[in-house]
Amino acid sequence: MSGHSKEFPITWGMVIDIDKCTGCGACMASCQTENNIEPQPEASNKLRSTSWMLVYELTNDKAFPDHDIAFLPRPCQQCGNPPCVSVCPVVATDKNEDGGIVSQVYPRCIGCRYCVAACPYHVRYFGWYDPVWPEGMEKTLSPLTSVRPRGVVEKCSFCHHRWNLAKDAARASGKNPDNLDDGAYVTACVQNCPSGALSFGDLKNPKHKVHELIKNPNAFRLLQRLGTNTQVYYISRREWVRKLGDNYLKSE
Amino acid sequence: MEKTWYPEGVERCGLGKFMGWLGIWAVVGLLGVLSMLWVFYRGIGVTGLDNYFGFGLWITFDLAVIALGAGAFFTGLIRYIIGLDELKNIINLTVIKGFLCYSGAMLILSLDVGQPLRAWFGYWHPNVHSMLTEVIFCITCYLLVLIIEYVPLILEQKQLNKIPFLHNLAHQMHVVMPLFAGIGAFLSTFHQGSLGGMYGVMFARPYAFREGFFIWPWTFFLFVLSAIASGPCLTVLICGFMEKLSGRKLTTYRIKSLMAKIGGTMLLIYTVFKYLDTWAWINGVLPKAGLTFDQMFYGLVYGKWLFFTEIVLCLLVPVVFLLTPLRKKPAFMYSGAFLACVGVVINRYVFTVQALAQPVLPFTKWEIYTPNWAEWLTSFMVIAYGFIVMSLSYRYLPIFPQEVGLNKK
Repeated sequence: MSGHSKEFPITWGMVIDIDKCTGCGACMASCQTENNIEPQPEASNKLRSTSWMLVYELTNDKAFPDHDIAFLPRPCQQCGNPPCVSVCPVVATDKNEDGGIVSQVYPRCIGCRYCVAACPYHVRYFGWYDPVWPEGMEKTLSPLTSVRPRGVVEKCSFCHHRWNLAKDAARASGKNPDNLDDGAYVTACVQNCPSGALSFGDLKNPKHKVHELIKNPNAFRLLQRLGTNTQVYYISRREWVRKLGDNYLKSE
Repeated sequence: MEKTWYPEGVERCGLGKFMGWLGIWAVVGLLGVLSMLWVFYRGIGVTGLDNYFGFGLWITFDLAVIALGAGAFFTGLIRYIIGLDELKNIINLTVIKGFLCYSGAMLILSLDVGQPLRAWFGYWHPNVHSMLTEVIFCITCYLLVLIIEYVPLILEQKQLNKIPFLHNLAHQMHVVMPLFAGIGAFLSTFHQGSLGGMYGVMFARPYAFREGFFIWPWTFFLFVLSAIASGPCLTVLICGFMEKLSGRKLTTYRIKSLMAKIGGTMLLIYTVFKYLDTWAWINGVLPKAGLTFDQMFYGLVYGKWLFFTEIVLCLLVPVVFLLTPLRKKPAFMYSGAFLACVGVVINRYVFTVQALAQPVLPFTKWEIYTPNWAEWLTSFMVIAYGFIVMSLSYRYLPIFPQEVGLNKK
């Protein structure tokens, strides 16, 4: 009923060390700039504002002195078995190219928001109004990322355009574009994280750091018992943080 | 002059009174049209929907009216395919009701999609794995079938029917009607099911997810059953309401009672499967996802009272009312039919809104969705449209074959 995971020779993935995250929000800001997220005139309604990368604040719900908090940055989890893909009526979102990145085809999306409903990670955002860049701010637009009209769904693409640039650079220097060096392709959020909490690479490539990181005994993925098989891993040495990665019965 | 447009041998209220009645609904409809234009102009940001609740009142409304409109295909199936001839006395009403429900739902859907001009992409770039693709196919095709079923009724209008071509056309269309009843039954069964399947396949939403048979989650079958149970019930309610409003008998009590019995029987079958499904959900789907039954409810709007209202008050009670001799008493028959309809509306609401409100990520919380004026006014617009078309149809078209005989002085 819940579909099957596709295997890709290159599987881009992110590893987020929650214990290193300070919650500064640099990942969110860099993502918004890199991906031409429209300036939001009124962002106090968090259920309406767009943030492909969103930092959640976690708490252990205990009183002082046992109180503890953590920050959890959440990009699109690029599920191996994405709940959003099979439901799209018009194949506007797909997981069929190398790299295992879940695509979003803006000119094809009809804006039904079925994918928004199907995704438990809330990574999908809808364009509620026409995007407007106040005069002068249009100069901040990046030519590398498509802007979206209102009425379509958008989401994190692992800065897919950067992969294309990295492949071009590899070709230009005579290297194999299908076997990029570690760090040749990283997303904007990873590049701009000041505390080194975010790592990015090919999960299947032994030369890439993330290949080892995901084997860390403290690594976990969000909502794994639902069978989404995500390509984003989290690491925390704190058990209460790891436990917040999924739902557990009292007996478990 | 206007009286010559009435069906043969019937009485209708004065034109002034009728226009006043239509006027009230026209005002409601006009407010809805203005809201609709505003939504088209500004985008659906003007609604109460958000990134947490991609689906809200509009989808609930659509699913509810499509379920309640199922009386059309199911009554057509029983009348034409199974051959229960008595239903000819109420079939026209079910056809008009079905047409109104489906065309109204289409109108709302055109508002609800972010890019309405791309709605045809469902045909051009279909994803054959998506339940919604199947819904798009079947709803659009079935609306065409309903139009084909409604047109001969219009052509039977007294003055139009005097034109030989239209008279013959209406006759020929009636001849082929069993074929369309069959096509309608096929299309409608599938999209009622696919609407349920839409929720059942959301494997990362434990509130809605269900195991199933082959490619169909159990919600596929449950939505079909609940639709064919509540559809005939709404027909009975509409017929009773029209009788109350017009002060005239439109069908015999026996016909309405038969429809209620059909609805009640389906409701009983639905109840058995719904209980089995609920048991399997509580003991299978939820523990597998690490969740408990209690975690599926929150506060007032997502409270357990909704759950128990749906599966006790709106299932067991109407089954008793509609399938026992209590049905002979109008109060029980109508309240049974009403409860069955309320039950299906609650069911569609919880699957649409509560399924999304329930926080799957452990560090997120329940969110409340409140539809705003843009969603309410456009929904009322569809209701007003229904009242207007049904009123016009009743006044000028020979919908009820028994009306003349039942109202002889």
